[in-house]
Amino acid sequence: MRMPPILAYALRRLLQAVPTILIVMVGTFLLMQLAPGDMVDALVGDMGGADAAFIARMRQEYGLDQPVWVQLMRYMGKLATFDFGWSYVYEQPVSTLLLDRLPVTLALMAASLTLAFVGGVALGAWAGRHAYSAADNLISTLGLVFYAMPNFFLALLMILLFSIHLGWLPVGGLRDIAAFHTGWRLWLDMAIHMIMPVAALSLIYLAFYMRLMRSSVIEVSELDFVRTARAKGAPEGRIMRHHIMRNAMLPVVTLLGLQFATVLGGSVVIETMFALPGIAQLAYNSVIRRDLNTLMGIVFLSSLLVIAVNFITDLIYARLDSRIELR
Amino acid sequence: MTHRTLFAALALSTVLPVATLAQEAAAPEPKRGGTAIFHLVTEQGVLNPALRASTGVYQITGKIMEPLIDLTYDGPVGVLATDWSSSEDGLQITFKLREGVNWHDGEPFTCDDVAFSAMEFWKPLLNYSSTLQANLESVDCPDPHTAVFNYSKPMPLALMVAAMPDLGHPVPKHLYEGTDYQRNEHNTAPVGTGPFVFREYQRGQHIIAERNEDYWRGEEFPYLDRVIWRFIPDKSAAAAAIEAGEIHGSGFIGIPMADMIRLGEDPRFSVGTKGYENNVAHSTIEFNLRNEILANPEVRKAIYHGLDLQFAIDSIMRGFAQEGRGPIPSTGGINYTDDVTTYPYDPDLARQMLDEAGYPVGNNGIRFTLRHRSAPYGEYTQLWGEYFAQAMREIGIQVDIVTNDTPAFLNGVYRDHDFDTANGWHQFRSDPAVSTTVWLRSGTPPGQPWTNQFGYQSAEMDALIDAAAHELDPAVRADLYHQIQRLEMIDLPVIFAIEHPFIGIYNNVLMNHTNTPRWESSSWYDLWLNQ
Repeated sequence: MRMPPILAYALRRLLQAVPTILIVMVGTFLLMQLAPGDMVDALVGDMGGADAAFIARMRQEYGLDQPVWVQLMRYMGKLATFDFGWSYVYEQPVSTLLLDRLPVTLALMAASLTLAFVGGVALGAWAGRHAYSAADNLISTLGLVFYAMPNFFLALLMILLFSIHLGWLPVGGLRDIAAFHTGWRLWLDMAIHMIMPVAALSLIYLAFYMRLMRSSVIEVSELDFVRTARAKGAPEGRIMRHHIMRNAMLPVVTLLGLQFATVLGGSVVIETMFALPGIAQLAYNSVIRRDLNTLMGIVFLSSLLVIAVNFITDLIYARLDSRIELR
Repeated sequence: MTHRTLFAALALSTVLPVATLAQEAAAPEPKRGGTAIFHLVTEQGVLNPALRASTGVYQITGKIMEPLIDLTYDGPVGVLATDWSSSEDGLQITFKLREGVNWHDGEPFTCDDVAFSAMEFWKPLLNYSSTLQANLESVDCPDPHTAVFNYSKPMPLALMVAAMPDLGHPVPKHLYEGTDYQRNEHNTAPVGTGPFVFREYQRGQHIIAERNEDYWRGEEFPYLDRVIWRFIPDKSAAAAAIEAGEIHGSGFIGIPMADMIRLGEDPRFSVGTKGYENNVAHSTIEFNLRNEILANPEVRKAIYHGLDLQFAIDSIMRGFAQEGRGPIPSTGGINYTDDVTTYPYDPDLARQMLDEAGYPVGNNGIRFTLRHRSAPYGEYTQLWGEYFAQAMREIGIQVDIVTNDTPAFLNGVYRDHDFDTANGWHQFRSDPAVSTTVWLRSGTPPGQPWTNQFGYQSAEMDALIDAAAHELDPAVRADLYHQIQRLEMIDLPVIFAIEHPFIGIYNNVLMNHTNTPRWESSSWYDLWLNQ
C-alpha cells in the first residue's frame, strides 16, 4: 500500500532534518570552543575573582578539563536521549530553563508574525489595489519609515512615549510583579506587557510584507488571467480574493518561512530591551557567559522550530498554488 | 588583645563618606509596610554568599542571610556575632554569637552552624575566602554561642573583622550537612536569619523576599513587607523604569551615566556615591613587563605623566572620582597613605622621558605601538580604555585596542599574557590582604584572574606582602602597607589611576537608604517607604 504523499513528504523532510540538526549542533559546539575562555572564566569574571584551587575545582566539576572531543561525545550521547544537561550558570536542568522560557518567545514571535503578516498583507493589498493614490503614498511612506527604523530604536521611542510621557504602558517585564494578579487579570496584565514588545518586533516586518504585497498585487493585477476574469464579468471582490490575492501572496508566504529565523534573532534585542524572560535573551546570556549546555539546548530547539516552520510554509505554498507538488 | 574600640577607630577612618548624594529631607517617623522594587542588571545562578563571594550575590542574599559582622559608618558592628577577640599569638580568634536567633525554618542558630560553614564552605569552597582561611585548622564550639577559630599561622584580627561582612556568612548546617553542597536546593532558595525570607526566584524575571515575622531585632523590624529585585539587562530600559516609577532603585551604576546625571537633577531621585564607600574600585592601566619597552620603568612613568586624570574624572566619571595613590584607596583607613611618589599630567615631560628612554618619534609620528586590551566591565571602563589610547597618541604612542568579552579578556590578560597594556577596574575589599596584594605578589601560576598578570617580580614587595598578612600589631601592619603603596608607586607594574566608589540612584520615597558604607550588600532591616 502506498503511503499518502503528504506523509511520505513529511517523513522525507524529517529524515533530512536529522543531518541538518547534527551539523548545526556540532558546528555550534566547535564554534563555542573557538571563542576564548570558558564558562568558568565567565563565572569568575562575574564573581570578581577566585583563587587557583577554586578555578581548577570548578573546571573539573563541569568536565571542562576534558579534551574537546570527549566533551562533544558526552554531550551528543546525552542529546540522543534528549538529555540537555545542566546549566551551571542558572543551576537548573537546561530542559527546565527551556520549558520556562520558550512560551514567552513563542508568544512574542507568534503575535509579532501574525500582526506583521496579516497587517502587511491587508495594507499591501489595499495599497496595491489603490496604487499611486494619496492613501497608497501615505501607507508606502509610513512603511518605508518603519522598514528603515531599527527595532531597538523603535522600542526606545515607544518606551519614552507610552511609558514615561503618557504612562499608559509598562516599561518592561512580563507582568506587574508587585500586583500579584491571578486568573484573567494575570493574563490581561501579561497581554498589556506584550503590547510594546510585539509592536517593536513586528513593525519592521509588517512594513516589509506590506511593500512586497503591494508590488506583488500590482504585478499580478496586470497578468492575463486577471484580465480574462474581468472580461468574463467576474465581480471585482471575487477577482481580488481568488485571482489576485492568492497569487500575490506566494512570495510573501515564502518569505514568512524564511524570516522565522530572523524574527527569532530580532527577539534577542526586544527581549533584552523589555526584560522579557524568553529563550532569545537566554541565548544571548548563554553566549556571553559561555553556558554551553544551555546554548546547545536553545540551538537544538530553534533548529527544530525553523525546520518545522519551513515545512509548514511548504505545505501552505502547495495549498495556495496547485501547480506545486510536495516531492 | 584589644579589639572593638580599636576597630571602631579604624573603621571610622575607613569609611569617611565621599558623600555627593542629594540631601534627604529630615526623616519622619518610619512607616510599616510596602514593597520596594530594585533593579539588577545580571541575574545570579547561586544565591549563597558562603559559596559565591560576589557583590551581585550580596545585593540579594544580604537581606536574607546575615554575616557575623557588618560594617556601618560607626565601624564594624556585630550581627550574628556580638563580640570578637584574638589570642596574644594570633592563633585563635573567638566570636561570641548572638543568642535567640533562629533560621527562617525555625531552627536555632548556633556555633555548629558557624563551625560547619567555616570548615565546609569558607575554607575550601568560597572564592577569596579560601586564601584568607588557608591557615584555618579547626573551629571549636566550647558552648553553643562561642566559636573559636584555630589557625596554624597568626591571623590579624583586623583582617578577619574587615573580611567578615563579605566572607563571613554562615549557612544552616542542618540543611546542608550530608548533601552535595554545590547542588543543594537552598543555593537558589536561601534560608537565613535575616529580616527578609526568600519567597520565589522566577528566572529571567525577579526574586521576591518577604518580611521575616520572627526577626531577632524585634517585631518592629523590618519595616518593609517585601523586597523585589527585577532583572533588566538593558540599562537604558532600566533608566526608563526608574523614571516611570516602576522601580525604586538601581545600584552599582546600573543605568547609563548620562541618565544618571539627567535623573540626578530630578527632585524625585537621589544619585551619588554615598553607601558605596566600602565598594571602592580603581580604574587601572596595567602593563605587561614581558614587553621589553614596558619593562623600562621610565617608560611606564612617562605614560603616567601622559594621562590627564582630571579630564578623565570629569568627562568619564562625571566627577564621581579622584586620582588614585597606589593599590590602597583613600577609604582604606590606617592602611592608606598619600605620602607616595606621584606623576602629575605633563605631556612635555612624558615626551622628553620617552626620548631619553630611547624611543624617539619615528617618521610616521609614532614612537612604538601597544596592543591594548580593554576590560568589558561597563560603560566607563570602555571609555577609560579609549581615553588611554587618545592620551597616548598625544605623546607619540600608538595604542591598538582589542575588543573582547569577559572570558576573552581574562584569558588574554591573565592566562595567555597576550597584551602590552590593559585597562579595567580593581575592587578594594576592606583589607589589602583580601584581594589587593595578591595582584602584586609573584609566584601565582598563570590563569588566575586578578593575580599578577604583569610579570612583576620584586623580592622586596613579596617580603612586605607576606609580613603584612601575618602582622598582628595594627600600627606595624599599617606601616607595612604604606611601604607597599610607596614601592608600587615607584615600580609601577600597574597604574591605579582613578579611585571611584560606585554610583547608585534611588527614588526619594525610600527612607534610610545608603546609610551604611556597603548599603547594597547590607540587610535593609531599617529601610522603609515614605508613601
